Amino acid sequence: MAKRKLVVIGNGMAGARAVEEVLARGGAKLFDITMFGDEPYGNYNRILLSNILSGIQDASEIFLNPLDWYAENGITLHAGSPVTEVDRFARVVQAANGVRAGYDVLLIATGSRAFIPPIPGIFLGERRLKPGVFGFRTIDDCEGIAAAAGEGRKAAVIGGGLLGLEAARGLLQHGCEVHVIHLAGHLMEQQLDTQGGAILRRTMEGMGIQVHVGTSTGQVLGEERVTGLAFKDGTVLDCELVVVAAGIRPNSEIGLRAGLTVERAIVVDNHMRSVDDMNIYVVGECAQHRGRVYGLVAPLWDQAKVFAEHVTESNRDAAYHGSKLATKLKVMGVELASMGVTEPSEERDEVIQFSEPRRGTYKKLIVRDGRLIGGILMGDISKAAYLMQAFDRDSPLPEERLSLLFDLGAPPQKVTLDEMPAEAQVCNCNGVSKAAIGQCVAGGNRTLAAVMNATRAGKGCGSCKGLVSDLVAWFAGGEVEEDPSVHWYVPGIPLRKPELIEAIREKELKSVSAVFRELGGGIEDANAKPALASLLAVVWKGDHVAEPDARFINERIHANIQKDGTFSVVPPMPGGATTPAELRRIAEVAERFNVPLVKLTGGQRIDLLGVRKEDLPAVWAALGTVSGHAYGKTFRTCKACVGTEFCRFGLGDSIALARKIEDRFKGIDSPHKMKLATTGCPRNCSEALIKDVGFVAVGDGKWEIYVGGAGGSHVRKGDLLCTVASHEEALLLGGRFMQYYREEAKYKERTYTWIERVGIERVRAVVVEDSEGIAARLDAAMQESVDAYVDPWSELIKQRETTRFASLIPAGE
Amino acid sequence: MEAERVLCRLADIPPGEGRTFEVGGERIAVFHTRAGGVFATAADCPHKAGPMADGLVGGTTVTCPLHERVYDLRSGKELSGECDIAVYPVRLSADGQVVMPAPVAAVAG
Ligand code: SRM
Ligand SMILES: Cc1cc2nc3c(=O)[nH]c(=O)nc-3n(C[C@H](O)[C@H](O)[C@H](O)COP(=O)(O)OP(=O)(O)OC[C@H]3O[C@@H](n4cnc5c(N)ncnc54)[C@H](O)[C@@H]3O)c2cc1C
Ligand code: SF4
Ligand code: FES
Repeated sequence: MAKRKLVVIGNGMAGARAVEEVLARGGAKLFDITMFGDEPYGNYNRILLSNILSGIQDASEIFLNPLDWYAENGITLHAGSPVTEVDRFARVVQAANGVRAGYDVLLIATGSRAFIPPIPGIFLGERRLKPGVFGFRTIDDCEGIAAAAGEGRKAAVIGGGLLGLEAARGLLQHGCEVHVIHLAGHLMEQQLDTQGGAILRRTMEGMGIQVHVGTSTGQVLGEERVTGLAFKDGTVLDCELVVVAAGIRPNSEIGLRAGLTVERAIVVDNHMRSVDDMNIYVVGECAQHRGRVYGLVAPLWDQAKVFAEHVTESNRDAAYHGSKLATKLKVMGVELASMGVTEPSEERDEVIQFSEPRRGTYKKLIVRDGRLIGGILMGDISKAAYLMQAFDRDSPLPEERLSLLFDLGAPPQKVTLDEMPAEAQVCNCNGVSKAAIGQCVAGGNRTLAAVMNATRAGKGCGSCKGLVSDLVAWFAGGEVEEDPSVHWYVPGIPLRKPELIEAIREKELKSVSAVFRELGGGIEDANAKPALASLLAVVWKGDHVAEPDARFINERIHANIQKDGTFSVVPPMPGGATTPAELRRIAEVAERFNVPLVKLTGGQRIDLLGVRKEDLPAVWAALGTVSGHAYGKTFRTCKACVGTEFCRFGLGDSIALARKIEDRFKGIDSPHKMKLATTGCPRNCSEALIKDVGFVAVGDGKWEIYVGGAGGSHVRKGDLLCTVASHEEALLLGGRFMQYYREEAKYKERTYTWIERVGIERVRAVVVEDSEGIAARLDAAMQESVDAYVDPWSELIKQRETTRFASLIPAGE
Repeated sequence: MEAERVLCRLADIPPGEGRTFEVGGERIAVFHTRAGGVFATAADCPHKAGPMADGLVGGTTVTCPLHERVYDLRSGKELSGECDIAVYPVRLSADGQVVMPAPVAAVAG
């Protein structure tokens, strides 16, 4: 098939990135690509222009795609030749220098230009800026400004926003006397509240920049070139150089002339496609999506990807859903990060604030329903990375609000580690002290994994792992080695989980020993065995070779080992509902086998504790049930409250749903336990909000599905995944979530840690919105696993393997 | 020299697993590694008496099922050096039997 023609107008950050994304998806085979750029260069990193202005970097250092790149990728580039017309009917673009190019797909990425407010005297003639007046948008602008700046020159920057302040800082670097003229009452009013603006002003003034807020420029003075500014309050400022940083305007005229819908910019749908023309896409600052036009780069990376996936058909469902904005000011000597809103707007909004104006420190967070909706950090931005992530992912914040603004235990943690007594216990499970970790590091163990292996610190409940890691770094005095193995699925096989799954599929490895042989250099690692056994069950869904020795004893023998080497037996009791007959049978078994303790579990069922190994098959047979899987890294239980059957508040039949869930998912292998619950109303009597997957009836047959909840060693309220309208849909979505978790999470990573790592947004996108187009595959994989279920108890009863259940074998003759 | 004791056939212990035997009044855990080797340790973990035969075998180590102490099957040494386990000499006879010299005596621990 002949290649299609892709023409790109605009060779800036969005246009070039979009082409890179297309190439990354095999686009070179699909398209002949032609790009037009107004600027006479390859694509450069516009963000770094402030560095060029302040002399930190040279123009040659900021190119992202030098001219060679275009040649190497077979792209025809017309640099320095702006496109003037698009003929949508003939599908041809026309450039100013006469070049015409036909297209099948057109991408408009013309970005924005500096907005020049119509101040009298700012232009000389029609559209030419008066000499000495500059925009701040391109390399050429920067070179012009740098040439006009100089020791002792007086410079004015119109605009006290992000760009204006970066320009001002650059001019200061050139030795200029710098004035910032700002219309609004405080600096950076888009990103800061009044108080923050005032503190920033003091900081800027402390650097020697003169700030004039609430000041409106009435006229640019000078005949041939600029000599000063006259303000509306009657005052005058002499200056030889003016940088205008009063905002940006999208270059959307090209769309307007082509007859596309243009509001603030060219209007696009979720595929970044013009709403008027199937063959025209728009990305970057000239695109308006759901009413919003962006002026930062993060959104355009996402847009470029969506465009590429859609146009190469690698994912026809690729959709852009808008971006949340967070910025950092890149002004040397000022630490400033901001995100979201600057003021609370609803009564329930919570504001957490700290200010120390003399030191230029100001922190303010706005929290709604436990999530960050806005924040300002100035002076100390050590928490910015964490907060920006929480903001972006909409993840729940810790209850302890103070820790959001400061590293608790500040002054810095080093002092805390320093002050910690040598004998202090770090790992309570395994009784490892600070001194023991120190000795271990001194003995040459310089990675967390090595220290954990040698001391067992962090290998119990795992809650001290962070501290152990900090201590290793501290004792190693910065000499910690990057431990690449932390990303591997198991130690000894240098592959991440997806790569490992691929290798297992490709080589058709069906047993743990085969995996070691083919991928692990023949070296067997005890730690890795259970993890691999679990993975093989997920990958092959019953069609693998089970090797009992690869399983931890509990999963080898399908009961939970006790401190004295006996086992516990937990028959299932779906939904926590039982019958007198079932209770009678359990009672009989307990008596017949002298079970030392019969106990109700926290999972709403009955536990027979202290069963001897050799009695297990007989106990199971006498119980006459399938396994309750109370011992495995598997689906465990689905607890339920009373629900509509009897409860006066019930909105949904929680017991019926729990029974269906348990019947469907029983025994499904997974990276860690999966504990579920259904609750008949939001009173949450079965604790569904703190389960791996919890279903809450909300009336009209609807159920809310919460995921990633925890109520064990870690407590976390689940995140709302979605709301479904029937039991069938609940089983489908719950199952799809579990399958995604099974495929993605690390071994022994509960849903709550996994979700905090990948973010509920992403999980929701994949599971509910099917952003990766894998929903059908996940559903089918879960179905296959369900179909492959075999009850291990009845298998083991049948098997009668000679010595499996013997706790003591007399030596042979 | 007294005669050797036959404990069992190698096939009685599935590859990669262990079983507990009673030999001359002592309880001994015997392991059959996936590489085909046989090893023996005390049946109970010196930490809190975990049943070693229910442990996880990897290469020439065994991990106790109760609190995950890792012992070298050849020497009885624990990985973190905290407590060692007794090991016994065992060998595989030509006809696939696991045999142990008698009287039963630990060589380490
Ligand atoms: C039997 C039971 C306690 C009881 O008598 O109620 C129990 C017993 C054990 N729990 Fe549990 N858990 C039991 C309900 C819970 C619950 C409540 C629940 O299921 O609704 C939780 C909190 C929910 C959760 O899982 O997050 C719970 C959180 C834990 C944890 C902490 C997990 C975490 O990530 O936070 C562990 C340790 C682990 O998994 O690493 C654990 C581990 C254990 C083990 C299996 C420890 C072990 O490996 O030997 C205990 C076995 C004791 C024994 O000798 O048999 N158990 N455990 C409960 C069995 C429920 C069932 O019917 O299946
Ligand atoms: C000094 C400065 C600092 C910045 N700092 C940050 C920052 O810290 N963080 C951040 O996120 N963002 C920052 N930005 C914003 C960021 O650079 C822009 O969001 C980004 O460059 C927009 O990409 P774009 O491709 O949409 O537009 P551009 O990068 O402007 O690319 C558009 C290109 O199209 C060309 N063009 C226009 N019309 C035509 C036509 N008719 N024919 C052919 N070509 C045409 C233009 O000449 C331009 O080269 C900064 C911007 C500046 C100027
Ligand atoms: S809380 Fe769970 S793990 Fe801890 S002692 Fe009780 S049953 Fe055992
Ligand atoms: S009993 Fe073996 S490690 Fe505790």
